[in-house]
This record gives sequence, C-alpha cells and structure tokens, in this order.
Amino acid sequence: MSRARLAFAVTAAALLTVACGGDDGDDAAAGAASTTAPADDAPSGTVTVLAAASLTESFETLSDQLRATYPDLEIVYSFGPSSGLVEQLLAGAPADVLATADTKTMDEAVAGGVVDGEPRIFARNTLALAVPAGNPGDVTGLADLANPDLRIAICEPQVPCGGAAQRLLDAAGVTAAPDTLTTDVKEAASLVALGEADAALIYLTDAAAEGDAVETIDVPESEQVVNDYPVAVLTDAPNPDGAWAVADAITGEPGRSILGEAGFLTP
Amino acid sequence: MSRRTADLRVPAALLIPAALGVAILVLPMVGLIARAPWGDLPSILTSDEVLTALRLSLVTATVATGVALVCGVPIAWLLARTALPGRSVLRGLVTVPLVLPPVVGGVALLMVFGRRGLVGGWLYDTFGVSLPFTTEAVVLAQVFVAMPFLIVAVEGALRTADRRYEDVAATLGATSWTTFRRVTLPAVMPGVLAGAVLCWARALGEFGATVTFAGSFPGTTRTLPLEAYVAINAGDSDVAIVLSLLMIAVSVTILIGLRERWIGAA
Repeated sequence: MSRARLAFAVTAAALLTVACGGDDGDDAAAGAASTTAPADDAPSGTVTVLAAASLTESFETLSDQLRATYPDLEIVYSFGPSSGLVEQLLAGAPADVLATADTKTMDEAVAGGVVDGEPRIFARNTLALAVPAGNPGDVTGLADLANPDLRIAICEPQVPCGGAAQRLLDAAGVTAAPDTLTTDVKEAASLVALGEADAALIYLTDAAAEGDAVETIDVPESEQVVNDYPVAVLTDAPNPDGAWAVADAITGEPGRSILGEAGFLTP
Repeated sequence: MSRRTADLRVPAALLIPAALGVAILVLPMVGLIARAPWGDLPSILTSDEVLTALRLSLVTATVATGVALVCGVPIAWLLARTALPGRSVLRGLVTVPLVLPPVVGGVALLMVFGRRGLVGGWLYDTFGVSLPFTTEAVVLAQVFVAMPFLIVAVEGALRTADRRYEDVAATLGATSWTTFRRVTLPAVMPGVLAGAVLCWARALGEFGATVTFAGSFPGTTRTLPLEAYVAINAGDSDVAIVLSLLMIAVSVTILIGLRERWIGAA
C-alpha cells in the first residue's frame, strides 16, 4: 500500500500547489510529500522510462536528483519520437513509464490498452523558430520558412513536434518549404546547432538546451500552439512500485522545478 | 556436388547451436511475412510515398555503384598489383567503412562536407554549393558505405587471376593501360560484377549515413529504408512491413543470383 500512499501524498501536494498557484509554495509542499516516502519500503530496482526526445535533458537531471531520494532505484531512459515509442510499446516493448510530447500519441497508447489508469499532464511546451548563432540565413519570422533558398528542418508531421509545427504554420498562413523532415525534435535542433539548417521549428526547451549555438526568433503565433505532455504508468510495468514513484516525481517534485527551469510550462 | 553426403552423423553439440543460429537469422523474416498485410499490399506498394522512395533508391544506388566502379576498381588494382608503399595501411583505410557503424560515417561526412565542414565550408563559400539535404549527399553516403564491398571483391578476384596473361601482353608490347583494359579487366569481370551487385545491394539498404548526412525528405533524400523508418515511427507499421518485405525480396534475389551465376561458378 506504500505505492498508493506515496501517490496520494504527491498528488495531494500537486493539487495543493495547483490550488495555491504560488511558486514559493511548491517546493515546501512537495518537499513535505517526498519526506513522507517510507524509507523502509522505498521503491528499488530498475525503472524503464520511454520519453519524448524533448524531455532528454530534464529527465536526466530528474534521475540525478532522484538518486538521493531513492538510492536503490535505477532509471533507464529510452528517448525518441513519441509516436515511435508508442509503436514500440504496442509491439510489446517492456517498459514501466511512458511520457509523450502530446496527448494524441498518449491516446493511442491508452486505446492500445497498455496504460494503467489516467495519464496526467505534467508539462506544456511551445515552439520556437530556431536559427544558428549569428542567424546566417537572416531569418526574421515564420514567413521565411517558405523561402526555398533557405535550409529548413521541420519534424515529421506524424511526430508531436511536427504536428505542432504544422498547426503553427497553419495559424500563420505559411506554407513551409522544408529540406528535411526529422524523426524527432533533437535531430532538428542538432542541424540548427551545427549550422546545417538555417532555421527549424523546435520546442522552446530544445532551443534553450542547445545553449549559445542556437538563437530563437520571436513568433507571436507560437502562443496559440501548445503541446501538453502526459505521463502514465504502463499496465505491464515490470516494476510498478518504481514506476509510480518515478511518475509521481515527474508530475510533482522535483519534476516540476526541473521542467520549469528547462523552459516548460508546468500545470 | 558433395561426395560425402552419406555422412550425416551430426553431433548434438553442433546441431543445437546451429539450429538456434538459423532461428535467429530466419525468424525475423518469417515474422515479417506472418504480419504482412497481404490484402493491402498492392495499394501500399503503389502508393505515391512508396513509389517515390523506390525510384529514389533505385537511382541513387545505381549512380553510387557507378561511382564505386570508377573509383573502386582502380583502388583494387593498386592494392592487388602494385608495390605501393603503405599499401596495407591504404587497404585498412578504404575498408574501414565495412565495420564502421554507418551513422558514424554520416557524422563524419557531415563534418567534412557539411556547410561548416572542412571541404563543405570551402565549397559553400566559393561556389555556394551545400551538399547536405541533397540527392548528391545520398549518393555520397552510399558510396562511402558500399564501395568497400566492391573493392574487396575486385581485389580478391585480381589476386586469384592468372597473371601470366598480363606478362604475355606486356612482352608483346602492350602498354600497362592496354593490358589492364584488354587482359586484366576481362579476366576479373565476374569478380567486378559480383562486387558491383554487392555494392548496389548495400547502397540500396543504406540508412544510417544517409539519414545523418543527407536528411530525410520525400523525393530528394528519403530512400526506401528511411521511408520504412519514418513509417514505423509514425505508427504506420503496415507500410514499414511492406517496405521491409520489398527490401528482403531484393536482397534474397540478389544473393541467389550471385550464388548461381558468379560465386558458384568461380
């Protein structure tokens, strides 16, 4: 029953912080929740987490921090395009937790019967128009993505960042002329950081993660296109106790603080 | 043609691991065939995406094989027929892509021929030419991973060829170029053809270097293996299975053809 108790405590903490809405309250409430985790019955073993590529840096920081709370718990990640991860799960890939970059891909996992309970939204992300440092292509806005002379990278339309890019381009009334469609957002981010692409539509958080190599151009329409990130424990999780502990750490603390620092909006 | 077919007492210690090995090699293909959406096969195979990828794959693999023949046969000749200093180092260098993960090749190509690469930066600044995301980049990636297959096959053929004909040609006054063209090349033609076919098949299946260096865009850079990868990541497993079957069919046909025509005859 420790799992239920822990889940309750963290959910309660999350609800509290949502109700308060204050940033200062978050840490205190969640801190209290994590200290209620029973030390004698702490989750252990390996937890396999399938996560959207855009979560790479944040989740790696998360597992570093969780090592202190759960010393016996080892978190193994597989990062990739959400749609591809769901496809792997439906084919029987053994995993404990799934975190996707949009609700559409999570809905497919739910429909496939691999998800235990209701997925919870833990973060939101918006797109950024990213260019290499120095902006060699003189990109000024979304309209430049229609320029066939520029090297443009956009995600595949079926993966979440590609779907979001399409909605953003539709909202701006731009027909893009991409030169490559990447399988996940990190690939597009690397192409900009390497200077091989003059511009790419990637998540704000991925642009931030590239540091000085990437600049972003303000796109007013980006506020209209927001991706919700859901997380869920999987029905056939080999380590359900560990899975719930990790999922709760993602939706609660330290997940919220880490994701917020990376530029995600947290609910 | 074996003369010892009567001796069939195979020890279990050999038979069991052999059977396991065969299962590992064959089961994935059986699985694909079992899961194949046979009813949708015609419509998937004739869909625009698949036909576009198929056309691009056939064109790029064929051009890449042409480039590999033009450059690879002379390399094989240098390795087999000359006392070039550092020949074994050269052989090692040109065959490294055989064992290199193709994605490493893609990263390396990007660092050299990318817009900010060693050669690519100069190309871009001088001529405004940028290779990544072009069909030429696909061909370059395919040449990188597939040419070593041709070099190895042709060098092997050159080494086993009887050199006395070349010596005779030389004593009759033929220049070394004429000897190569009229004597050496016809003698090793089966090896050249086998190498070219292997090279073509490897180029057709190229994925890692292509996706890393050339990117993935329908009609320009998205070849059959990339289309299959996109399909599986987009949750479209039927298309991925059909494309996989198509590539298996091509590979098996080539292997059978090679065995019957060249390898078996040699």
